[in-house]
Amino acid sequence: MIPLSYYLILSAAFFSIGIIGVLTRRNAIIIFMCIELMLNAVNLTFVAFASFFGDSSGQIFVFFVMAVAAAEAAVGLAIIIALFRNKLTINVDEVNILKW
Amino acid sequence: MITNYIYLAVVFPLIGFLINGLLGSKIKNEKIIGWIGSGVVGIAFLISLLSFLEISGLPESERNVIVPLFKWIAVEGLDISFSYLVDPLSLVMALVVTGVGFLIHIYSIGYMHGDKGFWRFFAYLNLFIFMMMNLILADSFVLMFLGWEGVGLCSYLLIGFWYDRKFENSTTADAAKKAFIVNRIGDFGFLLGMFLIYKTFGSLNFDDVFSMATKIPVAEVTITMITLFLFIGATGKSAQIPLYVWLPDAMAGPTPVSALIHAATMVTAGVYMVSRCSVLFVQSEITMTVIAVIGALTAIFAASMGLVQNDIKKVLAYSTISQLGYMFLASGVGAFTAAIFHLMTHAFFKALLFLGAGSVIHAMHEEQNIKNMGGLKNHLPITYKTFLIASLAIAGIPPLSGFFSKDEILWETFATGHTLLYLIGLITALMTAFYVFRLFNLTFEGNPRYPSHIHPHESPKVMTIPLIILAVLSAIGGFVGIPAVFVGESGNLFANWLKPVYEPAETYLLHVNLYSHFTEIILMLLSVAVAVIGILLARHFYLQNIKPIEWFINRFKKFYTLLFNKYYVDEIYDFLIVTPLVKVSEKFLWKINDTMIIDGFINGTAEMIDETAKLIRKIQTGIAQFYALIMIFGITLIIFLLLL
Repeated sequence: MIPLSYYLILSAAFFSIGIIGVLTRRNAIIIFMCIELMLNAVNLTFVAFASFFGDSSGQIFVFFVMAVAAAEAAVGLAIIIALFRNKLTINVDEVNILKW
Repeated sequence: MITNYIYLAVVFPLIGFLINGLLGSKIKNEKIIGWIGSGVVGIAFLISLLSFLEISGLPESERNVIVPLFKWIAVEGLDISFSYLVDPLSLVMALVVTGVGFLIHIYSIGYMHGDKGFWRFFAYLNLFIFMMMNLILADSFVLMFLGWEGVGLCSYLLIGFWYDRKFENSTTADAAKKAFIVNRIGDFGFLLGMFLIYKTFGSLNFDDVFSMATKIPVAEVTITMITLFLFIGATGKSAQIPLYVWLPDAMAGPTPVSALIHAATMVTAGVYMVSRCSVLFVQSEITMTVIAVIGALTAIFAASMGLVQNDIKKVLAYSTISQLGYMFLASGVGAFTAAIFHLMTHAFFKALLFLGAGSVIHAMHEEQNIKNMGGLKNHLPITYKTFLIASLAIAGIPPLSGFFSKDEILWETFATGHTLLYLIGLITALMTAFYVFRLFNLTFEGNPRYPSHIHPHESPKVMTIPLIILAVLSAIGGFVGIPAVFVGESGNLFANWLKPVYEPAETYLLHVNLYSHFTEIILMLLSVAVAVIGILLARHFYLQNIKPIEWFINRFKKFYTLLFNKYYVDEIYDFLIVTPLVKVSEKFLWKINDTMIIDGFINGTAEMIDETAKLIRKIQTGIAQFYALIMIFGITLIIFLLLL
């Protein structure tokens, strides 16, 4: 049996990759994908703990996260499309119009 | 009891003010505005008259009715109700104010005809009557103060009524401001007096204060301070030395205003207040002496300035100051009845003189210089006759009203042992007769000196009828107060009527009958002789032989210039008080204190916030990822802290 710590290290690695991606990349779609990566890293932690403790609530939580992630993907991609139609770019550095 | 409805006499002028003030510009019709304005005052007069008749039917001890209206100020330790005091004194005042006021309102319909501010004029006049009635009927110092300030406001509004006109070297607005500011100085004294009364007696209600003042012993110093402060208020409102300077300038207002406010009613408020508080004043010998001396000095001082003025209204203004001086002289020697008696007769003949002057000014197309008049008696027969009656009355020719009241003042002054003040009063009487007949002769007698293109015409009926009524009052008004020496104590109706009001004060006054009836009659003849001499001198100099006057002017050029320039009092005040104040205000209070310190502090605060914001603003990069980075650092920090 693979120890719990392996799962946690893997998910922490995924999460860190996601954070670095969000912070460093400028392409909105890549940022978006990195967010998804972070969500799935968390999902992995949930599932690992659920199996480790023999408690199914963690698995149920994963379904919620996936549902929310799906909704978020729909909204987020819509925003990105709207953004591209208006500014002809999805580079986040060029859409800092809230800055005074 | 109709007396319980006395508040209607106050409410009606207020209604008139509201109608004319709010709707006047819409009504436009002068007749409607004028008759609403006059009518409400007429109603107030009727109510006062009915109350008077009712009160006079009551036994003497019950002639003191308090009409409570509502609670005004009720806080811990201070309970002031809004209620009116109806007693013989306030009734006399109410009758004079509403009666003379009513006549002047009617006169104004004619005088103000065609003025673009016609409705505004009547609104102000109604507001004035409302405030004056509050002052008179007040049963506490606070309500009196309300009226006191209110009439000051109306005086200001009406002096500056023709705010776009020039007046002497400045504008009417400046004259109005002067009146208001000088009055404020007096009002400050009144206010201090009120505070001291509250501190001493714990109440501001007339009944409480006066009854306590007779019962509990109060330190001489305290009562002197209280009365002196109140008297400062009176010098402001009633134009006495040293605060008289505003009244001559107040002539910038329309003539009916001068008649109503600056001759007959408002300026007598100080005399009324001293009379009302007589029981306080008599307890301080110092204050009484101060009042008598200031009164006598003002009387002779103002009369001397009146001798040389050439503006018809200015002469009357100085005359008013002088006559008010008489009233204070009477109050100061304890003859409060005589003061109020003179107040009433003065209201009649001085209002008449002013309205007559207004009629002359009207006829001469706004000409006010008597040097450019003369021979008007053929053109203005009614004005001429009524003016003559008023002039004789103010000069003190029996049996016109002025004789009785002025003589009573002089006699009381003499009888109480103030011989020097009596002499001043007598000389003033001579001057009074002289200046008023100088004015009269230069205006109505002799040959015309005005340009031939002016055709003087008699005023319309709406103006002459009030003149005639006032002339009748000036002629017979004195008979209510025939001296006791002729008709016995019970024959002097006026003194008997006011007696209950002054009873508490009388106990403090020592009445030693130093002199016999014979002396009184001799003095009476003396004052008549003085008046006749004054009239004859004026007649001789200004109609037959002007040479002695010219010789006098050339011989005593300096003295004449001094008189003509009103002793330079305005200039002295300007130099000593006004200019330093303006300088300090401009150079320090404005340029340094206001601009640099206060504005600097406010602007500095704003700038500091602005600068800080400019620094902190840099954190807001607008890059979402930067914010996310900060968040992650933050969260990491929190997690570390929690783990530790």
